[in-house]
Amino acid sequence: MLLARPAAAQDAGALVQRFATESFNDIVGAVNGLATSGSPRAAPVIEALRDGRLVYRQADRTVFIRRPDGSFLAAATGEPAADVGTTRPVRLNNNVRRAIDAAVGALSLLHPDPARRTSAAEAVFKSRDGTALAALETAIGQERDARIKTLMEEARAAILVANPQAAEADRIAAIGIIQRRGDQDALAMLGSLPADTPARVREAAESAAVGIRRTLAVWGAAQNVWYGLSLGSVLLLAAIGLAITFGVMGVINMAHGEMVMIGAYTTFVVQQTIRAIAPGLMDASLFIALPMAFLVAGAIGVAIERLIIRHLYGRALETLLATWGVSLVLQQAVRSWFGPTNREVTTPSWMSGSFEIGHLAITANRLAIIIFAAMVFAALLLFLKRTPFGLQTRAVTQNRRMAGAMGIRTNWVDAFTFGLGSGIAGLAGVALSQIDNVSPNLGQGYIIDSFMVVVFGGVGNLWGTLVGAMTLGIANKFLEPYAGAVLGKILLLVFIILFIQKRPRGLFALKGRAVE
Amino acid sequence: MLTRFLFEKIDRAGWVFLVLLGIAAVLVPVLNLAVPPGSMFHVSNTAVGLWGKYMTYALLALAVDLVWGYCGILSLGHGAFFALGGYAMGMYLMRQIGPRGVYSHPVLPDFMVFLNWTQLPVTWWGFSSFTYAMLMVALVPGLLAFVFGWFAFRSRVTGVYLSIITQALTYALMLAFFRNDMGFGGNNGLTDFKDILGFNIQSQVTRAVLFSLSVLALMTGYLVARAIVTSKAGKILIAIRDAEARTRFLGYRVENFKLFVWTVSAIMAGIAGALYVPQVGIINPSEFSPANSIETIVWVAVGGRGTLVGAALGAGLVNFAKSWFTGAFPQGWLFALGGLFIFVTLFLPKGILGTFTDWWKRRGERRQPPAASPAGQPAE
Repeated sequence: MLLARPAAAQDAGALVQRFATESFNDIVGAVNGLATSGSPRAAPVIEALRDGRLVYRQADRTVFIRRPDGSFLAAATGEPAADVGTTRPVRLNNNVRRAIDAAVGALSLLHPDPARRTSAAEAVFKSRDGTALAALETAIGQERDARIKTLMEEARAAILVANPQAAEADRIAAIGIIQRRGDQDALAMLGSLPADTPARVREAAESAAVGIRRTLAVWGAAQNVWYGLSLGSVLLLAAIGLAITFGVMGVINMAHGEMVMIGAYTTFVVQQTIRAIAPGLMDASLFIALPMAFLVAGAIGVAIERLIIRHLYGRALETLLATWGVSLVLQQAVRSWFGPTNREVTTPSWMSGSFEIGHLAITANRLAIIIFAAMVFAALLLFLKRTPFGLQTRAVTQNRRMAGAMGIRTNWVDAFTFGLGSGIAGLAGVALSQIDNVSPNLGQGYIIDSFMVVVFGGVGNLWGTLVGAMTLGIANKFLEPYAGAVLGKILLLVFIILFIQKRPRGLFALKGRAVE
Repeated sequence: MLTRFLFEKIDRAGWVFLVLLGIAAVLVPVLNLAVPPGSMFHVSNTAVGLWGKYMTYALLALAVDLVWGYCGILSLGHGAFFALGGYAMGMYLMRQIGPRGVYSHPVLPDFMVFLNWTQLPVTWWGFSSFTYAMLMVALVPGLLAFVFGWFAFRSRVTGVYLSIITQALTYALMLAFFRNDMGFGGNNGLTDFKDILGFNIQSQVTRAVLFSLSVLALMTGYLVARAIVTSKAGKILIAIRDAEARTRFLGYRVENFKLFVWTVSAIMAGIAGALYVPQVGIINPSEFSPANSIETIVWVAVGGRGTLVGAALGAGLVNFAKSWFTGAFPQGWLFALGGLFIFVTLFLPKGILGTFTDWWKRRGERRQPPAASPAGQPAE
């Protein structure tokens, strides 16, 4: 930096000196030269010229900027100049003014701040202003940032496409660049060619527009899939605990939604505590809330199993009734404790914001939930398949009496499996607290969806739950644009009702006698 | 035929139930209308409305008990049939308002004028006729149940799966009825009724008559349900409940029996809904909420599943408790209801009536001389 500065200043001195002339053509040349030089002095000098405040001393051809208060600055360095003597203003005419306008645009294109360059290129793309062409080409030559360079090339292409003077081949090549850009703006630009555009260019533009529409449709579908995956992850999180208690244990846990709710309230309590004692940890609050929610919901789950469920094994419909009672009690308990209104849960800073991949808008919180759901799923799968406890769980599920005879403590396994399912519901609650209202009714909103997912996917099969959740999530997002959110949901419910008729045991049904 | 039915098929509990209801049907209106408000025998207007509501709930519980108690179909969506019957009645009442609505439109109900609709949707045609509306009260729930049951029973969706899809059914209907463009008043539902068959719906006489009609409907519902469960078909239903596969292997078309009882039950629920609406003066989509249907299950479970009388009794008791609780401890109701659910499933699997009759029977057996019982058993 320190080395570069004098060089640039010197550079600027030579460039600025070119303004000390009577010839309009030379002045235009000087404007263009300065504008494309990348010199930091370019902007103030050209602005001064535009306002008629650029003067020069004939004797030594020194150029000064006259400030509005009458004092002078050396144009080359920007330092105050005391004794100026007799000066003449640099002359302006329409040619010079045009050059200035183009130069102002060009200056933004060469601005050291990448954001300014980006917005300048975007502005040229939208305005298709032909006078910016020269500056644009210079800028393209100097640009180091590939993304901004592409933008500039697109802007140049936009100018060329709209320019009747440009050669047909150039215009068609430019259309190719625009097509590569492929967004709504490109489509709009291709749709608004001037009336005198030659037929070949027009054809090229039309075929490019068709191509863009196709690409956009693909991106639109990708966006739907993305939203669908994120909705599917929410469903998966809500349903996966149920897949264990219902699918693995055969208990219809109507209080499952309340376990989710308890997870969400645990998040609230954890955040309140953090706010009170260690506000700096706020961004980490979710990581503290996760194990807490798992433990709290899991412990309540174990208690429910010990007190109620264990008396009802083998009577699925009775577990439904009893757990519904539990759900009412838990709801009312939370309502009495925390009040009936929504509770405010803070979103950590790393979960806000968004970025784009191609034409996909990806928000951080959706991404976080998808990743979290995948992690929970994988962890659960590993746990059930790879740990001794998972083995025992599966043994008890498949044949309780034989498992008991083999020395597995089936009571203990039951309680902890139920606790596990409930704990995972608690984890889901932490995630859902980030996207839904934390209120006593939180669980109610998910319970029917969760059952649908588990039943659709096939009971007793975690993979079925995954596929079920994703299918329903994606189907929902694809139905939404046509049917609206509510109607889409109704259609899905009807679809599932019909689907169960066809495959009463779901997508991935367990086969064999154990099912009955 | 009828006398044979009445005297052979109806048990003692049934007789007590019918007689009490018969007395209530006559006495309550008389005590309400003829006895001056100061008297201790006077029945208040509120009580008539409230008890009338309980009667319709009892009929709904009876309908649920018919399918759950005798055929093993745990419906978590009977509220849907109830609400559909209610909507059919509500639509009739809505058309009766005529130009007396806020917007004074001669044909369109207020909410349609409000939504800038210009003509009556097809679904509303004919509802100015009482006969048509009453037909719909039975037909709409009946047809929906038939179609739903046709698919479900034929493909042998049973047990929990059936329960869950009935829940999905009522949930889907709730979402649909919440939409304004369904043409059923959206969120607000149907309300502001003025008169029924030309009688002012607010007048105490009309309300008393509606009460008596509800009691009569409950009695009729009981007789119909009793006739079904004591018939040969009823025995098969019980066989299906206890061992569906075995019944099928014996050669019975299980799905047809189920479909029959399911449809009858839905119609009963629809009629209950139709009687409910004029007495409470409103019908809205929350009636479709799955929680309502599940609450109905509690009534039946509390009273005694598979006893019919118990179901009606349970509906009355639970709702009486609800009225009392929501007055005395508004916070406590869900605790009480939830606790009741847990208590009944854990400790009273047969409900109040079932437990009571068991106890009664055992007491009778204990009193009999031990020698008589072996001889007595086979005869029964």
